[in-house]
Amino acid sequence: MNREDFDILKTNIIYFDNGATSFKPNIVKEKIMEYYSLYTANAHRGDYKNSMIVDQKYEETRRKVKEFINAREDSEIVFTSGTTEGLNMIVFGYFKNVLKKGDEVLLTESEHASNILPWFVLAKELGIVIRYIPLNENNEVTIEAVKNSITPKTKVISLAHITNVVGDLRPIKEIAEIAHDNGILVVLDAAQSIAHKKIDVRDLDVDFMAFSGHKMYGPTGIGVLYAKFSLLDKLKPLYYGGGMNAIFTKDGYIELREIPTRLEAGTTNIEGIIGLGACIDYLNMIGMDNISKYEHELREYLIDKLKKLDFIEIYNENNKGAIVAFNIKGVFAQDTAVYLDKYNICIRAGNHCAKILNNVFNVNNTCRISLSFYNTKEEVDLLINVLKNSRNIYNEIL
Amino acid sequence: MDSNLKRSIIIDNYQNPVNRKREDNNDKYEKINTRNVSCIDNLDLYINLKDGIISDITFEGEACVISIASTSILINKLIGKSINVALEIIDNYLKMINEEEYDETLISDLVVFDDVSKQPSRIKCATLTANGIKKYLMENK
Repeated sequence: MNREDFDILKTNIIYFDNGATSFKPNIVKEKIMEYYSLYTANAHRGDYKNSMIVDQKYEETRRKVKEFINAREDSEIVFTSGTTEGLNMIVFGYFKNVLKKGDEVLLTESEHASNILPWFVLAKELGIVIRYIPLNENNEVTIEAVKNSITPKTKVISLAHITNVVGDLRPIKEIAEIAHDNGILVVLDAAQSIAHKKIDVRDLDVDFMAFSGHKMYGPTGIGVLYAKFSLLDKLKPLYYGGGMNAIFTKDGYIELREIPTRLEAGTTNIEGIIGLGACIDYLNMIGMDNISKYEHELREYLIDKLKKLDFIEIYNENNKGAIVAFNIKGVFAQDTAVYLDKYNICIRAGNHCAKILNNVFNVNNTCRISLSFYNTKEEVDLLINVLKNSRNIYNEIL
Repeated sequence: MDSNLKRSIIIDNYQNPVNRKREDNNDKYEKINTRNVSCIDNLDLYINLKDGIISDITFEGEACVISIASTSILINKLIGKSINVALEIIDNYLKMINEEEYDETLISDLVVFDDVSKQPSRIKCATLTANGIKKYLMENK
């Protein structure tokens, strides 16, 4: 649906790699162009009209984000460069200052590198212990497994909302309830869920959350860190410089600004912030519930068609995200991706930045289709036809 | 070489590769891994170097058709060669992939990959093993 909003779709590309990044609707590009052609200025700086327009748009976007995820305060929203930066700020700006040797962090083996590597580094620095919540036979996190993994030393549970390989949706609300009963904080990596379902941070009751703009039809290089006010207020800046200080004197005295400003040092990605505001308006116009419903139906349709092909192995039939992992039996994932590219069909092959998840499907590398609302049943039909004709795949790709 | 013939040589080497086996418990072999950061191919190479001569190379792992076939053809070509001759073969092969002038007589069958440069995403696949062996030979020269 809404295909007419995306100029790039006129190039007849079939884009099934939305988990990597999404296309941008024309309105996002137009709003970014307006910033450059009509009112370029820095934010929080000038006393002239254009600067005030920028300030207004900047803070307007913060409010839009706040409403989009149902945070309590505008000040709980920090602009970042993306999920990776957000997660690193959470780990090194907050947890580095509160965790002690022997404290435990719970992750899973299907997390993205960005929700594992910062914790690995912190574990080396502080001597905290990383433990993995075991996954069930569908590679999902169950409440039972979370309960069994918690020990008196557990201080944080850090999970993806939807994983980028398996596409499973985690029961975050229930996990947060158990976590909080045990005095444990919850970090949510929403990179793969933010564009696909309505997220309500108050309902989920997560303590920290990070996501990227570019996976939700916004520009690259912009993202959001959310945290409950009292926690965000204790998060120490990783960068110091312009815009974030209130006073400093030559003897080294520094007084910082309030949150979120003190966590946005230097000139931020203003065009990205304006683009993010435009894409939130756009998503609200379509409706997140409509998007979820449409993508769910499209996934069912795709699974149904793929299941009829006996030479295709599907690895995550029962998961709920917009992701389908599969292989042509006996064909290396990359060869399948190169073959589909001949027909202008973009999919991802590989281990998808979840390198410790090896063998979760009993294969190291899979083909991944990640759907968007602008994908259609007709595109799925074309994919199926191309797959049906893949008998001579090597003749075509060599 | 005719493109159908090239294709059939590549497919044959992919489906029936030379020396595709592990030599983990054989101390005559040294194991090197070719894992490449920008590519999902992941091959282990087992090299048996004796008195400056490559007496054997085997491999195992998960990789694409170009990677497996180029490994098969290349190791078949290198077995029995001295380090210097092997390096010369590898260098000429890499020159071909990079669209530079090269000596066709030195690399014989490896010319089946002379079109790879037209597919930039496949260059890594075609050079993975060659670069791995080259690095090992340079270090053991």
